[in-house]
Amino acid sequence: MYRYDQFDQSIVDARVEDFRDQVARRLSGAMSEDQFKPLRLMNGLYLQLHAYMLRIAVPYGTLNSRQVRMLAHIARKYDRGYGHFTTRQNLQFNWIELKDAPDILAELATVEMHTIQTSGNCIRNTTSDQYAGAAADEITDPRPWAELLRQWSSFHPEFTYLPRKFKVAIIASDEDRAAMRLHDIGVQIVRNEAGALGFKVFVGGGIGRTPMIAPLIREFLPAEHFLSYLEACLRVYNRYGRRDNIYKARIKILVHEIGAEEYARQVEEEWAHVKTLGLDPPMSEFDRIAAYFTPPAWEEGLSDDIDLSDPEFKAWVDQNIVAHKQPGYAIATISLKPVGGIPGDASAEQMEVMASLAERYSFDELRVTHAQNITLPHVKKADLYAVWQALKEAGLATANLDLISDIIACPGLDYCSLANARSIPLAQKIAERFAPLDRQRDLGELKLKISGCINACGHHHAGHIGILGVDRKGTENYQLLLGGSGAEDASLGRITGPGFDEDGVVDAIERTLDKYRAVREPGERFLDTYRRVGFEPFKEAIYG
Amino acid sequence: MVEALRYRDDSEHEEPAVTLDAFLDQTNATAVRLESDEDARALIPYLDRLALIEIAFPTFRDGRGYSAASILREAGYRGELRAAGDVLIDQVAHMRRCGFDAFAPDKPLDPAAVERAFRRYPFSYQKAEDGRAPVWALRRG
Repeated sequence: MYRYDQFDQSIVDARVEDFRDQVARRLSGAMSEDQFKPLRLMNGLYLQLHAYMLRIAVPYGTLNSRQVRMLAHIARKYDRGYGHFTTRQNLQFNWIELKDAPDILAELATVEMHTIQTSGNCIRNTTSDQYAGAAADEITDPRPWAELLRQWSSFHPEFTYLPRKFKVAIIASDEDRAAMRLHDIGVQIVRNEAGALGFKVFVGGGIGRTPMIAPLIREFLPAEHFLSYLEACLRVYNRYGRRDNIYKARIKILVHEIGAEEYARQVEEEWAHVKTLGLDPPMSEFDRIAAYFTPPAWEEGLSDDIDLSDPEFKAWVDQNIVAHKQPGYAIATISLKPVGGIPGDASAEQMEVMASLAERYSFDELRVTHAQNITLPHVKKADLYAVWQALKEAGLATANLDLISDIIACPGLDYCSLANARSIPLAQKIAERFAPLDRQRDLGELKLKISGCINACGHHHAGHIGILGVDRKGTENYQLLLGGSGAEDASLGRITGPGFDEDGVVDAIERTLDKYRAVREPGERFLDTYRRVGFEPFKEAIYG
Repeated sequence: MVEALRYRDDSEHEEPAVTLDAFLDQTNATAVRLESDEDARALIPYLDRLALIEIAFPTFRDGRGYSAASILREAGYRGELRAAGDVLIDQVAHMRRCGFDAFAPDKPLDPAAVERAFRRYPFSYQKAEDGRAPVWALRRG
């Protein structure tokens, strides 16, 4: 993975001192909260219901064991012994004191980590495929491009006060594991007919109040123009994105209002000028970065056989392992969704277990997934049993990847000052209702996503089954959505009808899935059946 | 309005800045003020006769002025480029990188603190309008 050189390190170190100075001015009263707010937000520090929340950037979701151990240390020393992995592959601590924040940043800097631009109306942490560098279906590792983007977007002087936040995702396979088209900019690395590497660029996706799937605005961008083209995309947005209404300020609204074609035309016009300015680094800089992402020293000639005589282990292998590009290796995902747990939470002890396993069995690499799990990208198949046993001991061996209990949930009203309803207790209730693993496996791939308000941090629009918590006359009410997808077949869910209370929505999900089991054809996922038979049969099953 | 902080060698321009509309109507004006929603490119045909362009920041959160400044510098403007309005210590370094070389803040800034802000970050990742070599160029030695 990427390692900082003296330049990267000195920039991150300068940021620590910059923020230390800002916090001191705030604590002394020299700076108002209004002036401090955008500065702390650009350092990932939010004021939540009960305390400050600190969001730490995990660039494109990649971590090494030393970094994870540092996160565990911070959880113990400054928080309550746990952390929360997010849908943007980052990590949040929920119980931080303002006075400690500069020290935490200083500790993070010692392991090449930071909180730069994890909030605020700027370019946020770039996300990517959690299987990058290991996936059998990728055309190249997308992370060197993501790192190039991280550097370009860090402290970009022109794009630090955008109309609204700005999120970029980059992938390199046809299967989309990063919800790429639900980002402000989604990039897919492709090869053209001549075999040259380049990018398909999608602009104007997003979830939130006004969910949109990003339209394609450029079929093929030659690789060497990556940054200058993005610069043009951002400049058009910075100049013409709406600033009169915070709810209409995302780029998706601009692209929607003027049309994808007109937006693309304006970008081309801007780019014709911008690309003459020498903003694109030479390919030698890309090669320098890419050298950090050369494949690890996989052993050759290993067997693909796994001893599956332990049925519990077999269930985990069947569910949580996917194909690796190298024979004899596997990609293993650690579920952070045990029944009764908080989706995405890990204790300091669990972080340390995962760090040790990565160090010993996965070439020192871990990945955070946008579904709030952790992936060990390069595990020898012969080591899987040992890995599983250690995970089981730490309460991390839940065999539910992509099943109904592998729920994405926002922090909801338990933490968040914007929320209308709680998400976590509902996620727990659903997981409990469908707890038996054979039942979950019978229901097959089912992406269930819960948001506690219309800001949609829990991606409810993109859930095969989505749940939106709202406030109805002072009580929590849950709307049900069906048919969304954040994958390559991206679609937005449709609201079924009147909402439910907490138990009611769990019952409604059960009726939905009973219907699915009654009408499905062999091999069909819930989403496939829904798309084939349509909305009405399910609506009828739910409301009678 | 407090006195502008200037980071230029020439002496301060005497003529007051006029609005964009007034400027476009006058053939001899040499100073103009651009509001945050006005198009900087409208000035490109006249850059040769302009000595001062003032760009308004009605609130520090309105970042359009950064693009306006970059566009004017990219087009070859070498006169004074002044950020006016809600200009705070924590934004001046980015403004400078986008080509601003004068600041007219609503509330006075400590010149020493401004200097510190300019020097705080030793390196930059992007090529911008301050002439600093980006990190990727420094890495090549």
